[in-house]
This record gives sequence, structure tokens and C-alpha cells, in this order.
Amino acid sequence: MSYLLQLLVSGLVVGSIYALAALGFVLIYKASRVINFAHGQFIAVGAFTVYALVVYLKLNVWLAFAAAILFTALVAYLVEKLFLKPLVGQPIISVIMVTIGLASLLDGLIHLTPFGGGNFSLPRFLPEGGVSFLGVSVSYPQLLAVVLTALFLAGFGWFFQRSTLGAAMRAVADDQMAAMSLGVSVEHVFALAWAAAGITAAAAGFIVGTVSGINLESLVAIGLKVFPAVILGGLDSIPGAVVGGIVIGVLENLATGYLDPLVPGGGTADVFPFVVLLLVLWFKPHGLFGTEEIERV
Amino acid sequence: MRERPASPEDLGEIVLEVNNIEVVYHDVIQVLRGVSLKVPGGRITALLGPNGAGKTTTLRAISGLLKPEYGKVTDGRILYRGEDLANRGPEEIVRLGIVQVPEGRHVFKHLTVEENLKVGSYIHYGRTVREDLERIYHYFPRLYELRNKLAGYTSGGEQQMLAIGRALMARPKLLLLDEPSLGLAPLLVREIFEIVRQINAEEGVTVLVVEQNARVALAAADYGYIMEQGRIVLEGDADYLEQNPDVREFYLGVAKSGGRKSFKEVKAYKRRKRFM
Repeated sequence: MSYLLQLLVSGLVVGSIYALAALGFVLIYKASRVINFAHGQFIAVGAFTVYALVVYLKLNVWLAFAAAILFTALVAYLVEKLFLKPLVGQPIISVIMVTIGLASLLDGLIHLTPFGGGNFSLPRFLPEGGVSFLGVSVSYPQLLAVVLTALFLAGFGWFFQRSTLGAAMRAVADDQMAAMSLGVSVEHVFALAWAAAGITAAAAGFIVGTVSGINLESLVAIGLKVFPAVILGGLDSIPGAVVGGIVIGVLENLATGYLDPLVPGGGTADVFPFVVLLLVLWFKPHGLFGTEEIERV
Repeated sequence: MRERPASPEDLGEIVLEVNNIEVVYHDVIQVLRGVSLKVPGGRITALLGPNGAGKTTTLRAISGLLKPEYGKVTDGRILYRGEDLANRGPEEIVRLGIVQVPEGRHVFKHLTVEENLKVGSYIHYGRTVREDLERIYHYFPRLYELRNKLAGYTSGGEQQMLAIGRALMARPKLLLLDEPSLGLAPLLVREIFEIVRQINAEEGVTVLVVEQNARVALAAADYGYIMEQGRIVLEGDADYLEQNPDVREFYLGVAKSGGRKSFKEVKAYKRRKRFM
């Protein structure tokens, strides 16, 4: 029993990271229908910015985190302004190809820094140990991961549901022309969506840094892990991103815990979530929370 | 019947003057060929005409919504209180106080009715939401009942009310309505025009409405223009147009004898007349 709970807890922690990453991905897709293949690179930018500020500039971790959020948001904002804005109105597939190119470009740029290869870990800033309940021990970094994720998701949820700008962003996703007719600047909304995605990417990167080491490849891999998460949850749904991310994280851990011993060579964690994904799509082709087309009859 | 119609200047100060504009889509398709019209302030002006005459294009040229459709004003000027609007972006034009209600309503389907209205106050950063929501619910009590419903699940008439209410949230001085009667039952059409009149009277909002339903539009309007094939072919105050034999015949479907005419007859006659 406690083995299962332990797996669930570590799944929840990994799932939180996926959820944050998926949230950024969904923000961009929701506003502009662009599938961003460079999201993992944004996560890497966030993680390495925190690391660089803490280790080289000896900045306080929280200050470094705040700075990394600003910096990553700025990078994402500039990327939108420089590379994607000129493509507004072009076929969406061209824009998606640009994000693939962008991923390579950012990869290359990161390789020019000392962070291109090898493992890095943030200096410990949380106390040793953790809390335990029901026989399951949760370390402080794990706790931080879950709490931070919850805070970010609540913040973005509030923003999109309650604020006028949030409503305007959803309006652009719904009907660009109508939004323009009300004076909403579609360009501005797209750039904001990218900046918001940058914020969540930095948060995801920071959390990876607190619970484990960081290296470029695994951070980029998280950017690809968002695909099963968002397809499961529904590409354009914020709650869907959260649930999808957590479900994928938990399934991975359950697979590692229960299926790996049965399969020679193991590695079921990489496969099992996709099996579940296929089953879900069978019955809910728009994902669990995806927008189904509203049709009046 | 009077010999001469009133001029738009007689009805009020001219707030919008479209001066001989030409509009080209995709750099090759010319839709407007020298359209000129004047909109008197505080009044309702109707722009009538058949399908494909260029009415919607004229509205889009004013509101700046030509650009997303790859259209461009290639000649002429659009003067709003002395400023030239030709080829400016819609954001700028909305901030000047001109808001267009698009044809086919275009409500945000996946937002609730109230969220749709909220987006309308975007240019005021949402600061005016509270008081303006009350104002809109006063004109459209139905929207208040529906406020938490997804807009995509409301009826056509309700969506038209929502589209107009949403535009009013931006506090326009000039409201452009594109075919508010489209696809609605006659009773609803009358109700919507009644509310437009009320808004015009109580708030002093100037209205320019594009319509194919000439009867309803002329009943509500003070002044009217008739457009065919990218040109204004006739203009005058609403009474004058309602009495004009050509308008009666082609747009109101009334025969010279005064009885209703069959649509088939009207069409054949019209076609012949055009070729002559």
C-alpha cells in the first residue's frame, strides 16, 4: 500500500512538472493554434538562467527564480515578435515548421554556453528531510514542486477566467476577426501568450532544478513529454493540461514500479502513458477536456 | 411624392464622410468604384442594396476590418471628425469611437454571454465593465438572463443582441451594423431595430446600418443610401426613399398599382432595366 502511495507521490511531482510545461504549450496553442516544438528549449533557458544566476552571480535562489521568469518571458516574447509575427496569416503548418527550426536554433545557442553538455545541480537551498504522512515521505523539494505548480496554475486560471485581458485572449482564440472588431490587438495577444508560456517554462525549469539535476537533453525531453499530456487533456484546455500532465507523470511512475519488473529490459514508463492515451482518444477524440465544436442544430 | 430629398446636412452635423473611395481585394479585385456617403451625427443612416453591391466592404473600409480580408482602400478618403481613417488598423479606429458589429454576429462561442460583453470593454481595460454591463442589460434584459450561458448555445436573435451589446461595451460614438436581420425571424428583426432606435435616441449614438431588408431598415432610419455594383445609385431621407417608385418596386416589392408584387416579376424587370 505504502509502495503504491510512494509511487503516486513521485508521479504527482513529475506530473506537476509536465503540467506546468503543458500549460505553457496550451497557452500558445489556444491563442494562435501554433504547436510550439521549441517549448523544451524555453524550459532549458529558464532552468539554466536560475543556475547561472545562483552559481556565478551568487544570487539568492528566489531572486534568481524571479529574474529567470522575467528573462524567459522576454526571450519568448522576442521570439514571437521576431520570428512568428511576420508569419501571421500564413498557413499554420509553416508556422509550426518555424518552431521546429527555432528549437534547433535555441539548442545551438545553448551549446555555445557552458550548459550544452553535462549535468548541473542547483546548490541545496531547502532543509534536509521532509514531511511524512500515511507512511509516505515527501521531501521538501517535492513539496515545493507541487505547491509552486498549484500556485502557478491557480494564478493563470484566475487570469483567464476573471480578467478582461484573459477573456480577450480566449476571445482571440475563438474568433480573431470579431476580437479585432472590438479593438483587441491580435498581435499583442499572441506576444502575451508567448510571454506567459515563457513564465510557465521558467517555473517548470526551476522545479526540475530543485527536485533533480538539470541537463539540456532531459529538459528538452520534457518539452516533448507535453505532447501526450496535452493530447490527453485536450490541446486547448488549461485544466486539461494540468490533469493530462499529472496523469502522464503518475502513469509513468506506476509503470516503472509495477510493469518494469515484469518486462525484460524495463522501460515501460516510456510506452505505458501512450497506451492509455490511445485508449482515451478512442472514446474522447478531443481529449478529456478539449473544446468540442459548438454546433447549433 | 416630393421632388427633392433632404440632404444629410439637414439632419445633423456630418460626423463621417466617405469620399470617393475605391477598394481592391487581393490587389486585383475591385469592389468599390468611387463610393461617397455622408453620415449625419446622432441619426440612423441605412445603406441598402442587393447581394454583392459592396455594402459590407464599405463598412469594413470604415472600421479597418478590410485588412484581415486582404482588402485595401486604393483611392479616396474616409473622414471621421476631420481624421482620415483609410487603411488604419481596427484597434486605432475602435479607440476613435467607431465599432462594427460584424455580419453573421460572430459571438465568441466558447465564452459565456457576460464574458463576451467583458471583451467589448477591452479598450477601456475593463475599468468600465460594471456600469456598462448594467447599461447593456437594461437594453437587452434577455442577455441578463443568459449571462452565464455559453454564447454558442444561444439562439440567432440572442446572438445578434449579444453582438450589438458587446459592441456597445466599447462605448462607440458611431456604431456600424452589418445585416442585423440576417437569418432572423421578422418579429425578432423588428425587435432588434426597435432597440437600435432606442439606443440611438437615448445615448445619441450615430448608427450606420447595412441591410438587405430595406423595409425594416428604412422604417428605422432617418437617411438612406442605395448601392448597386460598387456605386451609390440613390440617396435621400427615409421618407423620400420609401416613396420613390424605383425603391418601392425593387426594394420594397410594391407594384405601381400599390399591391404587392411577385418576386419573380420584380427580378425580371430589374434585370431588363439594368441592361438598358
